[in-house]
Amino acid sequence: MSDLDHDRSTDDALDVAPAEPTPRPSTPAGKPAVSIAKRQTNRRRVLRTILLTGGVLGAALSGFLPLVYAQKKRLRPPGALDEKDFLGSCIKCGQCVQVCPVSAIKLADLIDGVGVGTPYIDPRQQACDFSCDAVQCILACPTGSLTYHKPDFLPVRPGAALAAKPILIAKEKDAEPTLNLHERIGVARLTRPEACLAIQGKGFKGLTRGADFRGKLRYMSVDRWKPVKVSSHPYDVAECDLCVRECPVKGAISIETVFAPDGSKRKSPVIHEPCVGCGVCEMVCPVEPGCITVEAGEVWKI
Amino acid sequence: MSALLKRRFVDQIKVMFGAEPSKPKEISPAAQQIHFYKKGNRDLIAENLHARAHAGHSNKWRNRRWATLIFANLLFTLSFFLDIQILEGALTASRFVGFHLIDLNSALQVMLAHKHIINNLLIGTGTVLVLWVLLGGRTFCSWVCPYHLLAEWAEKIHLYLAKKKLVTDQTMDRRLRTVFWAIFALLALATGYTVYEAISPTGILSRALIYGPGLALLWVLALLFFEVFFSRRAWCRYACPIGLTYGVVGIVSPVRIIYKLDACFHEGDCRKVCLVPHVLDTVIKGRAVEKEVPIGPDCTRCGLCVDTCPTGSLSFEVKGLSKLA
Ligand code: SF4
Ligand code: SF4
Ligand code: SF4
Ligand code: SF4
Ligand code: SF4
Repeated sequence: MSDLDHDRSTDDALDVAPAEPTPRPSTPAGKPAVSIAKRQTNRRRVLRTILLTGGVLGAALSGFLPLVYAQKKRLRPPGALDEKDFLGSCIKCGQCVQVCPVSAIKLADLIDGVGVGTPYIDPRQQACDFSCDAVQCILACPTGSLTYHKPDFLPVRPGAALAAKPILIAKEKDAEPTLNLHERIGVARLTRPEACLAIQGKGFKGLTRGADFRGKLRYMSVDRWKPVKVSSHPYDVAECDLCVRECPVKGAISIETVFAPDGSKRKSPVIHEPCVGCGVCEMVCPVEPGCITVEAGEVWKI
Repeated sequence: MSALLKRRFVDQIKVMFGAEPSKPKEISPAAQQIHFYKKGNRDLIAENLHARAHAGHSNKWRNRRWATLIFANLLFTLSFFLDIQILEGALTASRFVGFHLIDLNSALQVMLAHKHIINNLLIGTGTVLVLWVLLGGRTFCSWVCPYHLLAEWAEKIHLYLAKKKLVTDQTMDRRLRTVFWAIFALLALATGYTVYEAISPTGILSRALIYGPGLALLWVLALLFFEVFFSRRAWCRYACPIGLTYGVVGIVSPVRIIYKLDACFHEGDCRKVCLVPHVLDTVIKGRAVEKEVPIGPDCTRCGLCVDTCPTGSLSFEVKGLSKLA
């Protein structure tokens, strides 16, 4: 019987419990008698509620840090909307991550400072080389964060639009050689010209980025469909032109003869308007740290 | 539905948004009769005691639920890991053999933040809406949400510690969840940024399971810690807007738990195991307005109460179908 008594008493306690914490709405006139102890419990409960509110909102606001600082600009996948619209529209599902044959797309973590769960590309580690042949990531995106065509109300920043659809060198002989991509995600820049092997007139022999490098690239000469490890592909060039050699987009970069300040002639990689900002040049550059980088969200300026 | 049940239904919706459950003002004669009959009926008490003593505790629904939850989340992981492309994406948005599925709350956040809706988003939201209207809104919580499983285990630890009197359960105002829902909706609208998604344990866990763990899991850990040591199931009870969104969907859902007054012994075992005990206020002595009362929309359809009830007074029901059977 004690078992029953015990349970019944708890049930009775439960029975009255809901009525206790807040005064019954049915008796607005005349305050119900509330003991001091009870009032204290109530006050503590209100305090706890406020504390939890503060805690959760505080944590939520930390989500804004990337917006406030925005110092670490990250390369977004092809077809990405401009940063603010991108952050507003990306549902953080990673479907773009899943379709990419070279696993170029990663999802940001807390410390990446670009919005938890949003996709980005770190081209030095793994660039987008368009191995998918058709910007699959755009196709996979359910929200239009990655898009072939921006909706009308979103302006295209001057210089972000590509003058023509980029021609994919891997598909050059196909009936439809272009990529359905209208805006660049960034622009490559020769950020450390003094270190560039081409400018120094040097060649390159061996494995670019070393034997441990995990990055992959589609080498048409090896396999049309399957990207292979960069570390399985040795080079031997008299004058370095790796960035030009491996760039997947036609006419985006070339080695040109330029004049040094002292008037002497030199070879140097030069980036052209069709550059979409995929980052392959950044990935393959054998110099450490790379002397060519993609500036995320950058536009074409003459 | 009788007028009494309709009134009850409206009350249950208010309770979902945070109102405290109250005693019904009116009770049908049939139910009243049972309430009266039970009062001081020694035979009945003895009979129920007997039933209770002999009822083996069942874990039927819990096991089914855990299996479903783990399977669903594993399917995401395996689809990506083995590249079998059955269920691609994460819980926020995915594609099931090509069909777009998009979590209602995430979709809402994105629509409010971006103020633009593309077709795929609409299709995915529509599919999911229909799915969860049919399956019962908050069924998502207990049968799919990965945080739910962890929180369920954390709850066990909490209850153990509470029994040893090492922790106490600090309750909070349940209206808070509705407030949070509104705050997150307004924040998304005002800032153009999906603020909630940054701290959604559902999304963080889902991504961690599929794309690998990250530091964001620390936040989930903090929530679980809070639930173990301070407040039982706090996140799901007082904060999570996803739960409320699916609860609203569940208002019209045909799948629900039904309570039968006849055999109920009012011991409240069910209310002790329930994540949202406010939905079970009907089982309190003298509160059932009819002989059979459906449990309100905030119920997660976890079935713990069904497993626990020694007299079988609670069971799953599909509206309309039980009449056919
Ligand atoms: S376009 Fe680039 S990033 Fe996108 S799926 Fe193809 S290879 Fe991957
Ligand atoms: S597929 Fe689109 S919505 Fe999903 S993570 Fe990638 S960019 Fe975001
Ligand atoms: S790969 Fe690097 S070092 Fe070689 S030419 Fe290009 S930028 Fe210069
Ligand atoms: S309330 Fe939120 S966190 Fe809890 S089970 Fe439901 S969706 Fe998951
Ligand atoms: S009422 Fe029952 S099924 Fe519904 S949430 Fe509570 S224990 Fe689970």
